[in-house]
Amino acid sequence: MPSQEVLNWLRTRFFPHIWCPGCGHGIIMHALLRALVDLGKKKEETVIASGIGCSSRMPGYIDACTLHTTHGRSLAFATGVKLANPELTVIDVMGDGDCTAIGGNHFIHACRRNIDITAIVMNNNIYGMTGGQASPTTPVGAYATTAPYGVLDVPFDICKLAAGAGASYVARATVAHPLLIEKYVRNAVSKKGFAVVEVVTHCHTQFGRKNKRPRPIDNINFFKDNSVMNNKASNMTLEELQGKIVIGEFVNIELPEYIEQYKNLIEEVGGNRG
Amino acid sequence: MAKFVVDVNEKWCKGCGLCVAICPKKVLEFNERVKSEPVRIDDCIGCHQCENICPDFAITVKEAKPNA
Repeated sequence: MPSQEVLNWLRTRFFPHIWCPGCGHGIIMHALLRALVDLGKKKEETVIASGIGCSSRMPGYIDACTLHTTHGRSLAFATGVKLANPELTVIDVMGDGDCTAIGGNHFIHACRRNIDITAIVMNNNIYGMTGGQASPTTPVGAYATTAPYGVLDVPFDICKLAAGAGASYVARATVAHPLLIEKYVRNAVSKKGFAVVEVVTHCHTQFGRKNKRPRPIDNINFFKDNSVMNNKASNMTLEELQGKIVIGEFVNIELPEYIEQYKNLIEEVGGNRG
Repeated sequence: MAKFVVDVNEKWCKGCGLCVAICPKKVLEFNERVKSEPVRIDDCIGCHQCENICPDFAITVKEAKPNA
């Protein structure tokens, strides 16, 4: 909006924020705050954790209980917070490098554990803050400072990774669809279990200027033209899907949640402490 | 009489141009300080696309209060 409810969630003394003009992270933060306001969450019962990177500046701007942790390990911190006080709503915001490279192990094991945390992965295909190095999600053939002749490695599909590792909610949206991000974040936060929302965003400063998308609006138009909803994508061939971004909800299932299992175990074997 | 009010917080606007490009009715344009400014407010249909796409929380779209 920002409506007054959304502005109440901001630490306005730090504004304007440090992100580049037109950066998608601001669009994601706005959608996240709208979702939290919509769900009627309270600031003192909401924890936002993050690691290191541009995306991880987000908790600095959100006026909730926020936690800025070490590179890639934010899920470990978030797991600790959630286990210590299961009443809290815990949201972990990560970048693509933070999530799949440095914190790759933490990510897959958090998915497997299925603890009630929402992970929002902001995938901008590059390490933006440190100077534009190729990340595990840089597409094949794209240029980066560490790949001046194009990347050879096949990128991760974060949604498939999360689904394969056992997350109970997996969805993907792009910053060209802010209301879709809001909807998926709302679903993910309401979900009992580990929920992953991958938001495809852009880094026009580091990725865009090397890959013919130097302005923010070039990226937004690229996402609009190249994203396909998953129900439509299921009828398309692999050749047709080449270079497309498949968006939508991929997994939405009920699985045993870790904290409940943990409580059950304590009741079962904890003995009589009366 | 414009039905909507588009407020731009110039202190937060960085002039990225997303709102100018996204508006389906071309309501917004850059002013001389390269900040977004509603120049054709009568055309605004209140779709909130500029507000939702603004990464800097700088735009607010409100319904105009009818003159009493």
